[in-house]
Amino acid sequence: MTNTWQDIKNANVVIVMGGNAAEAHPCGFKWVIEAKIENGAKLVVVDPRFTRTASVADYYAPIRPGTDIAFLSGVMHYLLEKDAIQHEYVRAYTNASLIVKDGFGFQDGLFSGYNEETHAYDKSSWDYELDEQGFAMSDDTWQNPRCVINLLKQHVSRYTPEMVSRICGTPQDKFLHVCELIASTAAPDKAMTSLFALGWTQHSVGAQNIRSMAMVQLLLGNIGVAGGGMNALRGHSNIQGLTDVGLLSNQMPGYMNLPLDKEIDLDTYMKTKLFKPLRPGQTSYWQNYRKFFVSFQKSMFGDAATQDNNWAFDWLPKLDVPLYDIIRAFEMMNNGQMTGYICQGFNPLQAFPDRGKIRRGLSKLKFLVTMDPLDTETSRFWQDFGPQNPAKSAEIQTEVFQLPVTCFAEENGSLVNSARWLQWHWKAAEGPGVARSDIWIMSGIFHRLRELYRKEGGAFPDPLLNVTWKYTDPVSPDPEELAKEMNGRALADLVDPATNTVATKAGTLLDGFAQLRDDGTTASGCWIFAGCFTEKGNQMARRDATDPREQGIAPNWAWAWPANRRILYNRASADPDGKPWNPAKPVITWNGTRWVGIDVPDYGPTVKPSDGVGPFIMNAEGMGRLFARDLMAEGPFPEHYEPLESPVENVLHPKVQNNPAARVFADDRAAFGSPDKFPYVATTYRLTEHFHYWTKHALINAILQPEEFIEIGEVLAKEKGIEQGGWVKVSSKRGEVVCKAYVTKRIKPMMVDGKPTHVIGCPIHWGFTGQARKGYGANTLTPSVGDANTQTPEFKAFLVNVEKTHAPVAA
Amino acid sequence: MFDLQSQDYVRRSASTMTPPMARSHEEQVAKLIDVSRCIGCKACQAACMEWNDLRPEIGHFEGSYQNPDDLGPSVWTLMKFAEYENEQGNLEWLIRKDGCMHCEDPGCLKACPSPGAIVQYANGIVDFISDKCIGCGYCVKGCPFDIPRISKQDHKSYKCTLCSDRVSVGLEPACVKACPTGAIMFGSKADMKQWAGERIEDLKSRGFENAGLYDPAAVGGTHVMYVLHHADKPSLYSGLPDKPEISPVVRGWKGIIKPLALIGIALAALGGFFHWITEGPNEVTDEDEAEGERVLRESETEKTP
Amino acid sequence: MSPAKTVIVRYNRVNRVNHWITAICFVLLVLSGLSMFHPLLFFLSGLFGGGQWARAVHPWIGVVLLVSYLGLIVQFWRENLVHKDDVEWMKQMRFVVANDEAHVPPVGRNNAGQKFVFWSMTLLIPVLFFSGLLIWEVYFGEATSIPVQRVAVLIHSLAAVAAILVWVVHVYAAIWVRNSVRAMTQGYVTPGWAWRHHRKWLEEIASGHDKATLRKRP
Repeated sequence: MTNTWQDIKNANVVIVMGGNAAEAHPCGFKWVIEAKIENGAKLVVVDPRFTRTASVADYYAPIRPGTDIAFLSGVMHYLLEKDAIQHEYVRAYTNASLIVKDGFGFQDGLFSGYNEETHAYDKSSWDYELDEQGFAMSDDTWQNPRCVINLLKQHVSRYTPEMVSRICGTPQDKFLHVCELIASTAAPDKAMTSLFALGWTQHSVGAQNIRSMAMVQLLLGNIGVAGGGMNALRGHSNIQGLTDVGLLSNQMPGYMNLPLDKEIDLDTYMKTKLFKPLRPGQTSYWQNYRKFFVSFQKSMFGDAATQDNNWAFDWLPKLDVPLYDIIRAFEMMNNGQMTGYICQGFNPLQAFPDRGKIRRGLSKLKFLVTMDPLDTETSRFWQDFGPQNPAKSAEIQTEVFQLPVTCFAEENGSLVNSARWLQWHWKAAEGPGVARSDIWIMSGIFHRLRELYRKEGGAFPDPLLNVTWKYTDPVSPDPEELAKEMNGRALADLVDPATNTVATKAGTLLDGFAQLRDDGTTASGCWIFAGCFTEKGNQMARRDATDPREQGIAPNWAWAWPANRRILYNRASADPDGKPWNPAKPVITWNGTRWVGIDVPDYGPTVKPSDGVGPFIMNAEGMGRLFARDLMAEGPFPEHYEPLESPVENVLHPKVQNNPAARVFADDRAAFGSPDKFPYVATTYRLTEHFHYWTKHALINAILQPEEFIEIGEVLAKEKGIEQGGWVKVSSKRGEVVCKAYVTKRIKPMMVDGKPTHVIGCPIHWGFTGQARKGYGANTLTPSVGDANTQTPEFKAFLVNVEKTHAPVAA
Repeated sequence: MFDLQSQDYVRRSASTMTPPMARSHEEQVAKLIDVSRCIGCKACQAACMEWNDLRPEIGHFEGSYQNPDDLGPSVWTLMKFAEYENEQGNLEWLIRKDGCMHCEDPGCLKACPSPGAIVQYANGIVDFISDKCIGCGYCVKGCPFDIPRISKQDHKSYKCTLCSDRVSVGLEPACVKACPTGAIMFGSKADMKQWAGERIEDLKSRGFENAGLYDPAAVGGTHVMYVLHHADKPSLYSGLPDKPEISPVVRGWKGIIKPLALIGIALAALGGFFHWITEGPNEVTDEDEAEGERVLRESETEKTP
Repeated sequence: MSPAKTVIVRYNRVNRVNHWITAICFVLLVLSGLSMFHPLLFFLSGLFGGGQWARAVHPWIGVVLLVSYLGLIVQFWRENLVHKDDVEWMKQMRFVVANDEAHVPPVGRNNAGQKFVFWSMTLLIPVLFFSGLLIWEVYFGEATSIPVQRVAVLIHSLAAVAAILVWVVHVYAAIWVRNSVRAMTQGYVTPGWAWRHHRKWLEEIASGHDKATLRKRP
């Protein structure tokens, strides 16, 4: 979230698209209700199904799964055509005026630089025209046809309301009404918040879905303001924390990149991480990358990381592929390239696409370690549970180690919520039975491995042998101690060059990332967390809910990264002169000498408005990007590509049907179905009664939603003779699910390119362990393909067939 | 708990005595369910189960998000989901939390034959006192809203208590506490009505011209009220009664027939008694015996030739 | 005068046992039923061990009553068939209640009042049984809709009140017409009793239609 949960109440329009906030985030959804009641906000829902969120919406429009980019490009087309954008904001705060290189182009569904062989782009043309000093050229009059705004206009000109309706199946009048509501927030004192979740990320074009809305929000001047923003509602209580500390295979904590194998030394690695400003006088905060990196290395390797060994750069793993995501991991298991798997707090047999492939992969392992508080399906993949898990135990040689761990309520620690708040929590109970904390288990594995390396040597023992492990209790480090390590501390007396005095004594905890150095005198496990645990104490444990303006910002409640900032890019909440766009809901204001307000400025606190420093300080041009340069895999502008499994041809460019940059393994491609055999569009989602695959282990949740079902519209059900609550078989090229049918008015056929298109809704949750009734799991059906940038699986749009059937045998 | 509250009863089932009335200043409470901001998340159901230690069976999918499929001895509140296509052809998903309405004039209490098994507190809450329940099921027949359910295990009747145990110590009912969107509110009935008024105004401004408060007068008003978008058609909300009232049949049975019958029976008995002391017994006389004997004798002789 | 040496058997053993099973059931049903009918009489449930017990046993006693009463019907339906004489008897009701039997037409085995009791119960007991089934919560609570059950409970209580009234008449008549009780306890009546109350019946016996009913006085 750029903003906070509480801040939603400041919105004038709340759009829920690519998510179902009421269903998946019922507690946070209270702020949407608050916005409606206290701020007269309109709630707009765009979704393939009439959801629980839609049930309290002011306006609902249907959309075919996987066509959000077409819809949102249509919105941009509408805004630009009707001139319903916030001009001053767009001019001053976005890269609309910057001039794009001549080589950049887009034709027949492909941007310039595409390589058919590698399914990847040479992105060198996706950039600005630079002047002699290396600054991006600009035309504030927008006369130059190569201005970003003009290229954008041209790019979205194809997305007329007719075209949107043809692709998305959204009736034109409904689409236009949504456009109207969105456009109403182009006024400087009006804001729209975008609430989204996996409904956007779980597509082969997931990241571009989100970018599309971010662009809409930039055009409307809704980023950085109260009640605005791009608000990803995270699914797990700590999934934000997961990305923050770099648990993705290509990242390091604090959104730093793990080196590639071609980056053979620190200098090569740093070459792409200089972040020289692209406009005069810009902050380009990533220029401090080296400080964050060195401090991280000092945190990892302590005294062993020195100037002489390039801060232990060589001890970092190097990527030979863009990332080792889970889809790749299971591909490797199936190919025999990965033979051991440690599965910590993760249930891939339920959670990852193409369940059959997951089961086959697990069956080929030598060993599987599961660490979970629950008896997960993954840890029982080898056991025959009847049709819901038809495993042939005798043929499976995988040795499974099931390690029960404590859960969040049985340990101290912090969780990072969607609003980037690090909130400390305290142990409420002892873990049951022999459950031990993840920290204890991981420490044990670490110590034993290191001992083995010490005794027996190995290919490259250095990283493990040199990791610093100076905890009071090395067997089970204290969570507070780990939190302090994340925060970071001074390793030597830090001298303030301005006064030439010791500003921070050696050994003290840091107050923020501004203190980090690249000379090895500071250590910080995760630079963005610097400030969470200072000499003043555990900032995450703060519980003062005082909200000075009752505007949803309580600065002394827990601690938000970065720097306890609650609304990112909040400089953009004020006009170029520093006055708030919306005087009723100011965030920060220039008082003549400094920035003041209810939030920590996302800006130099004394940088004058007249200095012309852009509000998007992390970007080298200081501006919000309508043109993404080379940061996306499939193009600097979003483009509509059909899901890998789609019922229709891509009407914009039939030759480029799907995301051209998508990575698809050959066997996965062979497992894609075609619309002649699998004519219906399916989408998966979770229900409010359950939390992913966990709560079926809890009796009350099992009672509230006991049995697997799919949702099917009345029209299709009638066509197929399917009765309310009757048994159906839903099949994709990859597998089948036999479950009950919920015949509903909430899903209606959509006219897509002149043909009625039916959507089948497949709730996730049910498996073969836990207290709820046994289920096949919706991931039996889903295709193994991910977003081209993140490899998040395409769970939200694929093809199935559905037939009436009888109850599964032995179910 | 209940003994402490016994002074607090304003109504008591099957009781001919006037309940204590000293506590005349207690405020009427009400739960307000704003259907227009309910997202059907069932947190109320979960909270109800948690607080009251209820665990119904794990059921089946029954063609709706409604689970368990019905109210029950262990299901005191239940989200009901109705898919409704309005006049404009747009879908509305009307989600209503069902449960005891805590009528001001409770039909269950009227019907109950067991003294003190159903009581109403001065604050308006209608409560079942289980140790006095005899399991006859009359409350089921008395209720205009089809709420009480009889347990097959212990043959006692159960329904929402409005968390009378929580309310009596100044807490809100568990469902209110758990509701994430504030769709369930609790307070004095006057406050709730006022707040409902504001909500109805907002709904009207959003195009729901018939928005209104459901507080049916025929049962004296209820201590659980709904804000409905379509107050003109409550039955759209999974069969919420349009015009709830205690059935005239029940009214007759528990009204006039009760005293009339007793009087009738008493009169019959008294009639006999007074007949006895006025007319006396009808006794066989010696003459009768003689006549009887004679008849028998004569027939005897006739047959003897 | 010395007691009659010959008596007439009015009810045989089967008759009597059956009647008293019915009677006991009826009384228990009245007690338990009334306890659930009016709060004033809830104390009667104490006789059964409390309200729960009263509620639980009441329908089972009802089942026994129905079966038992069916036995009575089988045994007595013929002699309770209504004749012209019964109308005459009814017309002279004021003499009946005034113990002035001289003005009452001779009566066969049963008078119209007795027949009224018989047929009333024959009607009411099945009505009570079936309406009772519908409101027998334990087994049939979900078998019918609540509106049906409401009507059933009303019919049940009205029928019960009617049956109680009939029963009051029946009991009082038995007390009032002396030695009637003995007919149902010991089984016999004296010829004088028969002469006084059921003269035609006596004459039928005397004329030899059913001599077997005569026996020595015990």
